[in-house]
Amino acid sequence: MSRFTVEVLVTPRPGLLDPQGKAIHHALASLGYDAVEDVRVGKAIYLEVAAASAEEAAKRVEEACRKLLANPVTEDFRVTAEAHR
Amino acid sequence: MNVAVVTFPGSNCDQDCHRSVELADGTPRYLWHREHSLGDAEAVIVPGGFAHGDYLRPGAIARFSPIMDAVVGFAREGGLVVGICNGFQVLCEAGLLPGALLRNRSLRFQSHDCWQRVERTDTPYTGEYRDGQVIRMPLSHADGNYYADANTLAELEAEERVVFRYCDAQGNVTPESNPNGSLNHIAGIVNRRGNVLGMMPHPDRAIEAVLGSVDGLPFFESLVGTRATATAAAQSEVA
Repeated sequence: MSRFTVEVLVTPRPGLLDPQGKAIHHALASLGYDAVEDVRVGKAIYLEVAAASAEEAAKRVEEACRKLLANPVTEDFRVTAEAHR
Repeated sequence: MNVAVVTFPGSNCDQDCHRSVELADGTPRYLWHREHSLGDAEAVIVPGGFAHGDYLRPGAIARFSPIMDAVVGFAREGGLVVGICNGFQVLCEAGLLPGALLRNRSLRFQSHDCWQRVERTDTPYTGEYRDGQVIRMPLSHADGNYYADANTLAELEAEERVVFRYCDAQGNVTPESNPNGSLNHIAGIVNRRGNVLGMMPHPDRAIEAVLGSVDGLPFFESLVGTRATATAAAQSEVA
């Protein structure tokens, strides 16, 4: 068993209204960042996972995402695992 | 009628719901979320609050509380289950109701009265209202912005499963009368079978004149009366 750091990125699904992203977009525009065309806000969750391989760690966490960490109705998720540093 | 009111760590409307059931001549009982059985409950209320601190997403952790297996099983068998405010969020997370409650369009926690139109009076929860009745009660939430994908939304409307809709004091569904950005002004829905209801506004905070409105009391009287009607019907069938 080794230890892996698994990063979960949870983001609002495309097309879903993201009022927080919209507010930040407005703020950026008012600061002159005209090149910013869209802003979406999600969250990052970091897990320390004991597993035989990075693939196994990611697989376990993907299962947890479907069950708990993301809401399939409104959110997408992306999982990446790397050896713990 | 025996009504169980579930208490999670962070629930704060369990006492309101308990009193509401009492005032409607039902028999309420608190049910701690670590329990595994509903006992003799004939209906279950999942109350408002901030179950498990609303961490991750409102309702996301509460839906895995031990009592929820019993609640889901009860609902699947046709048992009466109501989720109010945070309870609505819990029932959506548990898959008993479709869709999700997103952050309010305003990005703020909102706490004020709202108007709703009663769209259905043939549910176990609305029989004591008049069709199209306009009722007033408080809402109090940061995440009450009802969302469902286009197919689900069309299905809800086609099957007339929207029970409460935000409106103005005259019952008109206008853009200004939508407090939180909910799609189709949805304030409350039922599942396909009609036994599970979720709503964001608080009938439990509108049950006595001193609270400023009694428009929530018929909700609980309907619920408690449903049992009485069902029993009477069953007895007349036997006779």
